[in-house]
Amino acid sequence: MKIIVNGETIETQKNTLADLLIELERAEDRIATAVNKTFVPAKARDTLKLLPGDRVEIVAPRQGG
Amino acid sequence: MPVFYGLEITSRLMLGTAQYPSPAILAEAFKRSKAGVATVSVRREAGHDRAGQDFWSLIQKLGVTVLPNTAGCHSVREAITTAQMARELFETDWIKLEVIGHADTLQPDPFALVEAAKNLNQEGFKVFPYCTDDLVVCEKLLTAGCRVLMPWGAPIGSGLGLNNPYALRSIRAHFPDVPLVVDAGLGLPSQAAQVMEMGYDAVLLNTAVAKAGDPAIMAEAFAKAVDAGALAHKADPMLPRDMAAPSTPILGKAFL
Repeated sequence: MKIIVNGETIETQKNTLADLLIELERAEDRIATAVNKTFVPAKARDTLKLLPGDRVEIVAPRQGG
Repeated sequence: MPVFYGLEITSRLMLGTAQYPSPAILAEAFKRSKAGVATVSVRREAGHDRAGQDFWSLIQKLGVTVLPNTAGCHSVREAITTAQMARELFETDWIKLEVIGHADTLQPDPFALVEAAKNLNQEGFKVFPYCTDDLVVCEKLLTAGCRVLMPWGAPIGSGLGLNNPYALRSIRAHFPDVPLVVDAGLGLPSQAAQVMEMGYDAVLLNTAVAKAGDPAIMAEAFAKAVDAGALAHKADPMLPRDMAAPSTPILGKAFL
């Protein structure tokens, strides 16, 4: 299925957010996630089922003022 | 020293982490600023870039309290989701709440700000609202559960200093027990000293240090300025007057 990760459309066969992060090699990183503009806590990534067209946001600590 | 939500901070200077020429200069600036709080943000990492992971390591070495922001958010929902992500990412319930209402001035949207603050306070966040210097907005933010107020001095990154000292004095006078921070718009240490002379608890700035020709020296200058301003406030400054008053005694002057 096609989903959108950080604004880019990608093809994935992974069904959960946790599996997607493993596929993207982000599972071990310090990140936070949202799907379709809703925050998904780390503990909920295993059960978050991805659907075609979902918009996934993966963010990390960055500089800020 | 300022106490925010029960936590005493070791400095009256709060410093942003953006726009420095290099991570090494950022670290040196923080060292010389003696800042107790560092503002940070949450952002995407591009492609295989892992700059965020390196930044996290750098922040941990600074030994400061981290204050994540919701910079760039223009709606209540966006700000709340960003705050939720920041809480998990930085393992803190502190959030510098920005809800921008105007693209050119980056002026906070006071209506959305109050609504977002109310929601976040109910979710257990400790909200540091970046707000305008409007007394009524400040009052509504306190009613919404905020225990710190952060009115702007001038638009973010402008370096204009204090656009409305009267309004800032008014906020200080009306809320004597609320920790107050002037956030944004400062360009020079003298402006930071002015804030402290008004009896504010701290200043928060970024661009004035990061964009100086030598950020580390400017960081030290701001550190000295906030200390000087706070001391001056403690010393109870004289009141200004329109007419001159000779400081040298008249009595005993030679009759020539």
